[in-house]
Amino acid sequence: MTTVEEAPAVPMGFGRMTRKEDARFVRGRGNYVDDIVLPGMLHGAVLRASLPHARITRIDTSAAEAHPKVRAVITGSMLEGLNLAWMPSLSHDVVPVLATDKVRFQGQEVAFVVADDRYAARDALELIEVDYEPLPPVIDARQAMAPGAPVIRDDIDGKSDNHIFDWEAGDRASTDAAFAAAEVVVAQDMVYPRVHPAPMETCGAVADMDKVSGKLTMWSTTQAPHAHRTLYALVAGLPEHKIRVVSPDIGGGFGNKVGIYPGYVLAIVGSIVTGKPVKWMEDRSENLMSTSFARDYHMHGEIAATADGKITALRVKVLADHGAFNNTAQPTKFPAGFFHIFTGSYDLQAAHCEVSGVYTNKAPGGVAYACSFRVTEAVYLVERMVDCLADELGMDPAELRMRNLLRPEQFPYTCKTGWVYDSGDYPRALRLAMDIAGYEELRREQAERRQRGELMGIGLSFFTETVGAGPRKHMDILGLGMADGAEVRVHPTGKAVVRLSVQTQGQGHETTFAQIVAEQLGISPQDIDVVHGDTDNTPFGLGTYGSRSTPVSGAAVAVAAQRVRDKARIVASAMLEVAPEDLEWEKGRWFVRGDPSVGAAIGEIAMAAHGSLELPEGVEGHLDAECVYDPPNLTYPFGAYICVVDVDPGTGQVKVRRFVAVDDCGPRINPMIVEGQVHGGLADGVGMALMEVMAFDTEGNHLGGSFMDYLVPTSLECPMFELGETVTPSPHHPLGLKGVGESATVGSPPAVVNAVLDAIGVRHADMPFTPAQVWRSMQGRPLRTDLAVE
Amino acid sequence: MQVTMTVNGRPVHGEIEPRMLLVHFVRDQLGLTGTHWGCDTSNCGTCVLWMDGEPVKSCTVLAAMAHGHEIRTVEDLERDGELDPVQQGFVEQHGLQCGFCTPGMMMTARWLLDHNPHPSEAEIREAISGQICRCTGYANIVRAIQWAAEHPRVEPAAVPEPAAAAGQAAERSGEEVGVR
Repeated sequence: MTTVEEAPAVPMGFGRMTRKEDARFVRGRGNYVDDIVLPGMLHGAVLRASLPHARITRIDTSAAEAHPKVRAVITGSMLEGLNLAWMPSLSHDVVPVLATDKVRFQGQEVAFVVADDRYAARDALELIEVDYEPLPPVIDARQAMAPGAPVIRDDIDGKSDNHIFDWEAGDRASTDAAFAAAEVVVAQDMVYPRVHPAPMETCGAVADMDKVSGKLTMWSTTQAPHAHRTLYALVAGLPEHKIRVVSPDIGGGFGNKVGIYPGYVLAIVGSIVTGKPVKWMEDRSENLMSTSFARDYHMHGEIAATADGKITALRVKVLADHGAFNNTAQPTKFPAGFFHIFTGSYDLQAAHCEVSGVYTNKAPGGVAYACSFRVTEAVYLVERMVDCLADELGMDPAELRMRNLLRPEQFPYTCKTGWVYDSGDYPRALRLAMDIAGYEELRREQAERRQRGELMGIGLSFFTETVGAGPRKHMDILGLGMADGAEVRVHPTGKAVVRLSVQTQGQGHETTFAQIVAEQLGISPQDIDVVHGDTDNTPFGLGTYGSRSTPVSGAAVAVAAQRVRDKARIVASAMLEVAPEDLEWEKGRWFVRGDPSVGAAIGEIAMAAHGSLELPEGVEGHLDAECVYDPPNLTYPFGAYICVVDVDPGTGQVKVRRFVAVDDCGPRINPMIVEGQVHGGLADGVGMALMEVMAFDTEGNHLGGSFMDYLVPTSLECPMFELGETVTPSPHHPLGLKGVGESATVGSPPAVVNAVLDAIGVRHADMPFTPAQVWRSMQGRPLRTDLAVE
Repeated sequence: MQVTMTVNGRPVHGEIEPRMLLVHFVRDQLGLTGTHWGCDTSNCGTCVLWMDGEPVKSCTVLAAMAHGHEIRTVEDLERDGELDPVQQGFVEQHGLQCGFCTPGMMMTARWLLDHNPHPSEAEIREAISGQICRCTGYANIVRAIQWAAEHPRVEPAAVPEPAAAAGQAAERSGEEVGVR
């Protein structure tokens, strides 16, 4: 009889295991913000601007206040009296909590009603009368900078245009020289349209101000509870120790839940005014129309190369539409996020980019939808430019990429805009993706099908991500350095608890962070409780976004667990009466070198550390440690994606037939969870490339305010993804780990777009490739997705 | 107005406004918060529950329309401490991440398997095509439902209460069928 060795059901550390948190989710017993019910709780609703740009001449709330179920009606002028009408944005601008002078985008917050139930609160919104004096809206980012354009931000002293910032990276002179000397130059305009992360759970909060203790408890849909607490303290003048922010189960974030929305502040104000807990939960239209969008980058790219396909330089100009307020959530010193990693995965002589931000009459935001602070836009730009160059040269896009990819021996590699890529083996990943896809065979099949008039396309992308923000000396958000704390405590009986500064919106932290500790201490993940998402019970840190949890917080936990292990060694030395140096570690146990039978298991050590054992001088009892981790660099996961599509020549309908994704994020804590995250990101790419766009008409009306109008991919658009992996550890992360949460969202859109354009034989047209866009592109008159809809 | 209906096998009675949506009745009045509210336009499917044995989007059903009818929600999938194979399948195949779409997906999956015990991949995708998931890309949801089809019964006492060591669910992963 033969036996098959099976992987352990629960690994003592890294490896596949099912998720601890699933026990509650599959029973319908998750605890999301809207599930929270407190005694006496009231319900809030927001009145929103019907016009995109208008002066408010009068607000009459008397009829709403007379509604029998209404407890409070709050307007901007009331907040002005409390100095709360405006709050700081995350990018050194201001954002109105409620409009006072003008409304600046359709859906902006104008008034807030608190009532006995959610239906009555919405009824009362209908009773508020607002008189508007309409102003011309600015919808097109290019028109925003035209002379004489209406000035959106006349609240800023002396502001006479809609300009926000100019920013550049790289070396202009050497780039211009490389272009002057180039044998081939290709230029292409392209738009990364405005899209929306649209998590299944909308944003909301329950605010409970205890008037006796003066303590505010704030349950909210936040990816960054500690940062929110500090900002509430700064904005509302509440003492920080009297604020508790709880992020319970969160129904998806994708960057949408990083910032502080007016609704959160209004729930707090409502609770202060009424003395009762107040719940505010936005509906889907509010989520799509007013919360943080993503992209809206209007890019002009140029690529220079030799005639035989050696890329020499890249040059980019970007017009960035930031909406009515500059409220992108990103490290302060980087107004265009990490866009300047646009040189991608290639070995260039020179590169230069310029980015200008402008105000328009659209919702604020910009960095959201799993973009790693605009790496998504950067990767799209470079991967489209490489395909345009391949088209110009008549070269296979895989061959062109292989010729120009960074080589393994070049790492650590300092790119032309200053990023230091930590590690990589790019050609291996691309080759693996081509092998899984059967690339050469696909090209043969494509040629045969073309003979028959069938449109099959093969699209590649190769991406380099930069995640794990970030080193404190370079990166902060509103002055808060991007380090993260962690605490690991082993209980007397050998079970453990780990407390995190980050929280989860589906990433599975309750499982993976237990696995990190298990790997370090040899305690089963089942015996390790993960506490997160509650500022009263966790150390400070900046939260979960930008794929930073594993690179930053994961490192903090690893170091804290290693410190526990070091302390356990000293305790074990006292137990065994040998010098600490004479002890060796095997997972879960210190033993005497040369005599493995004599040792102490971590559970025994924990009990001794809490007991009467006499400890060496300077060693305190108990078995715990903490760490605040300041990452020395970001981590640079990468990957190679190949998408195969079939296009219906009669209708322009695109069918994604296959999607191959090879990801390298270093060692994987839990391969199942990594693969799940990659799947989700690949689906995002299908959505953005084929379906998703937030369009506006010339009047400034939002045309994507529901899931009937803003289309996201369903089970019918997504194929069974085919995944592969290579493993290149990060040299600076204590466990060699890299982030991965956004890799696929970053890498997949250009693969799909490149496949569609390959199928229809068009060099470029803009996303999303709806059947209409594919059809029109085939006719040589693609839609302009950057323009207002007539 | 007053409504009476059967919810998860038990008679319930409520005093409601005629306009109250079934999703809000179930969540706010009955406290069955496993059914979620996601879009108001019957596009997202986080609110799917059963009415008279058929999956419906409860954000576009009035509670009054459920008067005299039979409602079943995600809280009723587990029976006598034993997870439904669909629930177990979602755990085993990592069919959920944030968990928000999961109850609706599972209710549709249970209905599908009751009517078609051995669905093809295409039939599974068709069945859940009116429901949105932003985390999984659907691949593992399909696999979860396939797992449930292949495991029509679960051994007793397999899975813990959420409050207990949740990891017993994970211990079961040794039984998994091959993923990819």
